Amino acid sequence: MSESKSAKSGGTAGSRAGGTEGAATSARIGVLKTYKLFVGGKFPRSESGRVYEVTDSKGNWLANPPLASRKDARDAVVAARKAVGGWSGATAYNRGQILYRIAEMLEGRREQFIGEVAAGEGLSRAKAAGRVDAAVDRWVWYAGWADKIAQVAGGANPVAGPFFNLSSPEPTGVVAVLAPRRCSFLGLVSVLAPVIVTGNTAVLVPSEERPLPALSLSEVLATSDLPGGVVNVLSGRASELGTPLAAHQDVNAIDLAGAGPELARDLEIAAADNLKRVVRPAPDREPDWRGDPGTARMLPFLETKTVWHPVGS
Amino acid sequence: MSSASTVPPEPTATASTPPTAPRAGQSPAPADAAFADVTASEAALRRYLHGLPGVDAVGLEARAATLGTRSIKTTAKAYAIDLAISMIDLTTLEGADTPGKVRSLCAKAITPDPSDRTAPRVAAICVYPDMAAIAKEALAGSGVHVASVATAFPAGRTARPVKLADTRDAVAAGADEIDMVIDRGAFLAGRYLEVLEEIRAVREACERPDGSFAHLKVIFENGELSTYDNIRRASWLAMLAGADFIKTSTGKVAVNATPANTLLMLEAVRDFRAATGVQIGVKPAGGIRTAKDAIKYLVLVNETAGADWLSPDWFRFGASSLLNDLLMQRHKLSTGRYSGPDYVTVD
Amino acid sequence: MAFDVFEYAPAPESRAIVQLAPSYGLFIDGEFRESSDGKVFKTVAPASEEVLAEVAQGSAKDVDAAVRAARAAFPKWSALPGAERAKYLFRIARVLQERSRELAVLESLDNGKPIRETRDADLPQVAANFFYFAGWADKLPHAGYGPDPRPLGVAGQVIPWNFPLLMLAWKIAPALATGNTVVLKPAETTPLSALFFADICRQAELPPGVVNIVTGDGPVGAELVAHEGVDKVAFTGSTAVGKSIARTVAGTAKKLTLELGGKGANIVFDDAPIDQAVEGIVSGIYFNGGQVCCAGSRLLVQESVAEEVLDALKRRISTLRVGDPLDKNTDIGAINSAAQLARITELADAGEAEGAERWSPHCELPSSGYWFAPTVFTHVTQAHRIAREEIFGPVLSVLTFRTPDEAVAKANNTPYGLSAGVWTEKGSRILRMAQQLRAGVVWSNTFNKFDPTSPFGGYQESGYGREGGRHGLEAYLDV
Repeated sequence: MSESKSAKSGGTAGSRAGGTEGAATSARIGVLKTYKLFVGGKFPRSESGRVYEVTDSKGNWLANPPLASRKDARDAVVAARKAVGGWSGATAYNRGQILYRIAEMLEGRREQFIGEVAAGEGLSRAKAAGRVDAAVDRWVWYAGWADKIAQVAGGANPVAGPFFNLSSPEPTGVVAVLAPRRCSFLGLVSVLAPVIVTGNTAVLVPSEERPLPALSLSEVLATSDLPGGVVNVLSGRASELGTPLAAHQDVNAIDLAGAGPELARDLEIAAADNLKRVVRPAPDREPDWRGDPGTARMLPFLETKTVWHPVGS
Repeated sequence: MSSASTVPPEPTATASTPPTAPRAGQSPAPADAAFADVTASEAALRRYLHGLPGVDAVGLEARAATLGTRSIKTTAKAYAIDLAISMIDLTTLEGADTPGKVRSLCAKAITPDPSDRTAPRVAAICVYPDMAAIAKEALAGSGVHVASVATAFPAGRTARPVKLADTRDAVAAGADEIDMVIDRGAFLAGRYLEVLEEIRAVREACERPDGSFAHLKVIFENGELSTYDNIRRASWLAMLAGADFIKTSTGKVAVNATPANTLLMLEAVRDFRAATGVQIGVKPAGGIRTAKDAIKYLVLVNETAGADWLSPDWFRFGASSLLNDLLMQRHKLSTGRYSGPDYVTVD
Repeated sequence: MAFDVFEYAPAPESRAIVQLAPSYGLFIDGEFRESSDGKVFKTVAPASEEVLAEVAQGSAKDVDAAVRAARAAFPKWSALPGAERAKYLFRIARVLQERSRELAVLESLDNGKPIRETRDADLPQVAANFFYFAGWADKLPHAGYGPDPRPLGVAGQVIPWNFPLLMLAWKIAPALATGNTVVLKPAETTPLSALFFADICRQAELPPGVVNIVTGDGPVGAELVAHEGVDKVAFTGSTAVGKSIARTVAGTAKKLTLELGGKGANIVFDDAPIDQAVEGIVSGIYFNGGQVCCAGSRLLVQESVAEEVLDALKRRISTLRVGDPLDKNTDIGAINSAAQLARITELADAGEAEGAERWSPHCELPSSGYWFAPTVFTHVTQAHRIAREEIFGPVLSVLTFRTPDEAVAKANNTPYGLSAGVWTEKGSRILRMAQQLRAGVVWSNTFNKFDPTSPFGGYQESGYGREGGRHGLEAYLDV
């Protein structure tokens, strides 16, 4: 489906992002999908009953996803907190396997995501395909980090005394993530995967204008052996959802990638109340998410724990 | 050395040999003499219990898991299923229990499978004290024992005279076996002697007018004791106090019998017999629902305590839904078809 | 009860899952081919002496062809972006997982070890190693070897028969992740799983020449390590062969890692968790029938608990089930070869002749195949051959000690230094012992644990270099 065709036929049956090719010429009426939130492994509508209109880059209607409320945010934090024990307690190997499984499942739904990214971001099919492939590879990149980050970020410390002394990174807990506003899929994966690979759980607020890839990703996550509650996705307004999340006493960290400068400052102030770990948005403009991610987005959500133990017979 | 090729004997004898309480009628606590100094004071008892070898949780659980991979097939499976049925303390411990419910369970205990009279009967029916008399009457002459919980089961949070009265009531109502709970509060607070004395007192309350004793099972509630070291200590404490059986749990808390905590208790009875010559039984209870689970427990018994414990005299399952699954597996073995819940009785 | 034994009926794993061809060729440049001189050898099932298949006996010419293929594949392979190399390794890991039961049965057949071990230990570890190193392929700049560490070139790898596929994984996974290409020679008595692995490389569409498998006997391995086109030599096997390889590569630019023999001490203190220590002693010496370089073949037990521990140990050993490797309930399988059986028998007889006390449980061994009953020697001293030489079989030598210092002294009194075990509930003593023991791996309150993330390798004559973990990358990088 070409970009322009998608836009022109916006709103007609079967022609949504990721819809069947050739729908316009076929007599068959397509089956449209209702996009929903993803909380605790389930797909609820917003408790508020609200939805909002999402359009493609040309303004054509695409979908009515839920407009999540602060109560949805509250529920998502509860779900995320409940999942912390099991997820952080899983072996790193197991977490790595699950992230790799996400990549496998995404690869199989590549076409759907290309359609959604192309429509939402106004990219050519080829460019959108590049973004989606990079996003799949990013899951693979982070899958490999699961059992290596401790070897890079931890280690034995040669203290001056008869003590064994070892530092290891541990997940900080529940992380609220405001995903990038422009790069709706690669950017989203680039901020989500590093949070969960290390054993944190996430409450994710995708791009307000381009939430569809995130909501579809939920369907992939739900079928990738990822335990319910590890990732919770709330479509809606970053300003409305960011405030309760930043102020929430049971959230341990917040990634402000998708917040504008003013909102980011306000949320950082709110986050100071329980000393959340805060990752600020890039200054000026959204970064190019295609670059080498390094370890920069994993380390902020890790606590270093150091154990002392005497050595002696 | 075990040989993998020997075929076990046909399990027909299971049904015709009624389970017997081996030490019923004898004087209590025969191990006392050997360990008199250990139980002489709170300090001595504490030193003894804390001097037991530690338990490495990872190693214990790994051993239980490895034994869980044993593959029990064909003739060995048939043997194990009938043995497991004969070891069941078929249990109903609900606030909603009625005479009707207890009687129907008793009928099931005597004839677990109306369509196949070769299925062995279970070891006992396990009920609350006020249902003991009804069970006794329903089971009269069947050889199936009546086990009654007592001592303010399951929490045990009441005064000792009440616990003893509870026990005497159950014995007077005809209970062949008493399943008591230890005072976990006292145990966790380190008042071991108090726990020991209470077990002894309950044991005395198990005495019948003719001088014989109801068989005493001592429940630890492993889930509340929480650590394997505690479970090992509780095992020795109860055995020193004269328990006939040690039992994992009430079935009323989140963590009940597990392969690992049962393995640990089997090690304890094995070591206790080596030290004193006295054999004590083990009863895992709660959470054992499938034939597959039950067979895993029998493998634990076989390879830990040994074949001497492979009898309802020395090993029991506290269970309710387990029986029907064993019966369905029994159907499968005899017919070659998988059975379904509509082909066993609902009680 | 009327019956006093709960015997387990035979529970054999089906052989039907493995399709064995009558003959197998060498895997060179992505193709299976006959040996240049047409020679073959037979591989047998050690449990029954049944011939499983004929396998090509590689020649010097074949080794040369394999090295050339690897050489030719190297530029493209090493130039691939790490993320793309990673995806090949992930694919291999996935296919290994998919085919793990088949490979477990094959390994049991060809090696003689119990299916319980191949199914629950070897194969899960094999796949895990590929997963782990796959993840490193695009993260090498983070591994602590500089911003852009480079591969070495062609790795010549020679592996033993005790964990055929796992040793292959330990060798091939880090080599490929770092961008090297490989010529691997599996052991003469266990070539089959490596050839099945070659097929997995094809399923994963690994480019031809990146992995080459040349089967054959010792001289083939010698050809490989001596070949001029090899940049890196990795060997796991006996100390004697390891020394000769070290001499061979002397004066060349070849990087060498050796993982050799051991005489591991398993040290049990009087405050140990006894039941778990007994399990650890048993798995330490009877896992894979003691045919393990890091086996806990010397039990050092504190005198104050020696009797108690030995009684418990013998009781436990009496429950071990020796027999058909494919029976799911078998604990100890066959010895891998007639030659190995002869070596074990000779050393055990020497132990008896030198005055140690020999004990085995009552044990009926199958009439065909290579078998050795689990054996314990007590009253062993440091002077006995069975306390010094690697037996590589199910034979435990028991010594006693009085103090931690004496335990350390005895444990370290060996030219080897691969593994050690420490059993005590006292944490500070564990760490003190670990500090004092001259061994590459120290297990405390456990034994014979392996993980792709954990480096493995020895001190002294147990070899040099480490396999596994971040440290395992160094062996395959030009650093």
